[in-house]
Amino acid sequence: MKINLNSKLFNAPIAIALLALPFIIDALFGHGWVRIADFALLYIMLALGLNIVVGYAGLLDLGYIAFFAVGAYTYALLGSPQFGLHWPMYVVLPLGALIACGFGVLLGAPTLKLRGDYLAIVTLGFGEIIRIFLNNLNAPVNITNGPQGISAIDPLQVGGFSFGGSHEWMGLRVDDVHLHYYLFLGFTLLVIFISRRLEDSRIGRAWVAIREDEVAASAMGINTRNIKLLAFAMGATFGGISGGLFAGFQGFVSPESFSLMESIMVLCMVVLGGMGNVGGVVLGGVLLVALPELFRHAAGPVQQALLGKVVVDPESLRMLMFGLALILVMLWRPAGLWPSTQRRREFNADDSVLQQEQETVYDASK
Amino acid sequence: MTQASDRLLDLTNVGKHFGGVKALADVSLHIKQGEIYGLIGPNGAGKTTLFNVVTGLYQLDSGSFDFAGQSYTRCKPHLLAQAGIARTFQNIRLFANMSALENIMVGRHLRTQTGIWGALTRNAAARAEERATVQRARELLEYVGISAAHQTLAKHLSYGEQRRLEIARALATEPKLLALDEPAAGMNATETVALKALLQKIRTSGITVLLIEHDVKLIMGLCDRVAVLDYGKKIAEGAPEEVRRDPAVIAAYLGGEAA
Repeated sequence: MKINLNSKLFNAPIAIALLALPFIIDALFGHGWVRIADFALLYIMLALGLNIVVGYAGLLDLGYIAFFAVGAYTYALLGSPQFGLHWPMYVVLPLGALIACGFGVLLGAPTLKLRGDYLAIVTLGFGEIIRIFLNNLNAPVNITNGPQGISAIDPLQVGGFSFGGSHEWMGLRVDDVHLHYYLFLGFTLLVIFISRRLEDSRIGRAWVAIREDEVAASAMGINTRNIKLLAFAMGATFGGISGGLFAGFQGFVSPESFSLMESIMVLCMVVLGGMGNVGGVVLGGVLLVALPELFRHAAGPVQQALLGKVVVDPESLRMLMFGLALILVMLWRPAGLWPSTQRRREFNADDSVLQQEQETVYDASK
Repeated sequence: MTQASDRLLDLTNVGKHFGGVKALADVSLHIKQGEIYGLIGPNGAGKTTLFNVVTGLYQLDSGSFDFAGQSYTRCKPHLLAQAGIARTFQNIRLFANMSALENIMVGRHLRTQTGIWGALTRNAAARAEERATVQRARELLEYVGISAAHQTLAKHLSYGEQRRLEIARALATEPKLLALDEPAAGMNATETVALKALLQKIRTSGITVLLIEHDVKLIMGLCDRVAVLDYGKKIAEGAPEEVRRDPAVIAAYLGGEAA
């Protein structure tokens, strides 16, 4: 495979910045924030997976977190004392991705004829079904340990090298959160690479064609069933990988990590950042992980300083601000903060007026 | 009587109903290789329904049709496109937010094969195919006469250009039969003349054309044979001049009892 060293992905200053980032964050804000950066990377992977389904193919999926759950539980069940299995990461992660991919097809197949609102409802139901299953699969045979979740999950490790501990190289101590950062960064870059390559390809064009007009796409010879299933499968695979990494990183999974709210959160990253644009989705992921954390930390002290006491609980203020930000972005930048050129065109107000005019002309001419 | 071998499309007793409405009833017709075949009839006569049956958007309720020696009763649109039937739509259905060039590139989907692996690795085969796709798309834009607009979004093209782009996109699938649903609708006289020239050029290149049209002048001047539908039934078929004098056709268009 030829790698273009001039492409944006391998831009040297950006690469150095990304490598140094955990140390900078650590020095400026402390350890906790490196951990938040790790979560941001996991969410970016999720959002990029969902972006394939929603952003490229235009299929609104509200149950996407289910694939994250499948990946996480696959890792948890095969690498914890739950069954006494301790399979290595390089087996469990791909397996989790594969099973998530299978679930993607499983969800995709019966919903092929649905679009828009109807598809959203069905996928929402699917997400809940998975969560409820995980919650209840502790009886009669205990598989998932129910609401207690699975703990003491093996850390992410390859051979003897564990990402879960601290290592020292040449006098430089590198902690687990830093190591996870680099691991997740690697996976995220891979997902970005795959997304961008797919976007600008025959397959990517077929996805956009289906989003634009499914009937016309099928009349042009696109096998809409296969292409839609491929979108579901690809998206689910990324979700599954992210889920496996999440389980190994946390060391603990429980069904409550995979609620509807999480699906909506990931969807917000895609919509807010810019549907269909990899850069926008990454931006959305970073903002939606970092800003709420910032609020959580800052809201209390700021109120204390200004008003002398904490009036509004930081936790509820966080959701309030989140909602407000969402409304503002949708009002002023309906296509997202950093939309793809194509999406921007779709939301362009002048265009819709023009289109209406053309339609009127057409109607009149009939 | 023509030989079966030079029949490209052969409909036998095709029927289609929507609830109690018989949109098509026992329609039989055949289209010969290389001709321009016109389909006319009053509004609601079943022309577009027939189109949708032949292109797989509707499944027929009775009868069957043969295309290029293969018999079909129910079939998906993409398989019929694969077999060589390409179409345009009465109410233009372009990919509005894609450029003119990209629209045609989507039309090439069927005749190209780069999959996931090729897209990810961008190997020699994938890159060559992509180049060929762009090349072919440019040629087709040139062919239908809108090459200047290749980067323009489909929805920003003028009405006549959109019609042409739809034809170019259909041609990109390398069809044997090009089915056009009212291509001249909404065109002015100059555009219609240019469209006529384009359709003749397409026929000369060896592609059979099935045409639904209200513009009688266009139909009469262009088609080799014409069929007339009324209330889902074929009431006449033949050379344009014969059909024009057919009392049943006159009755269908002007009302009154057929003589």
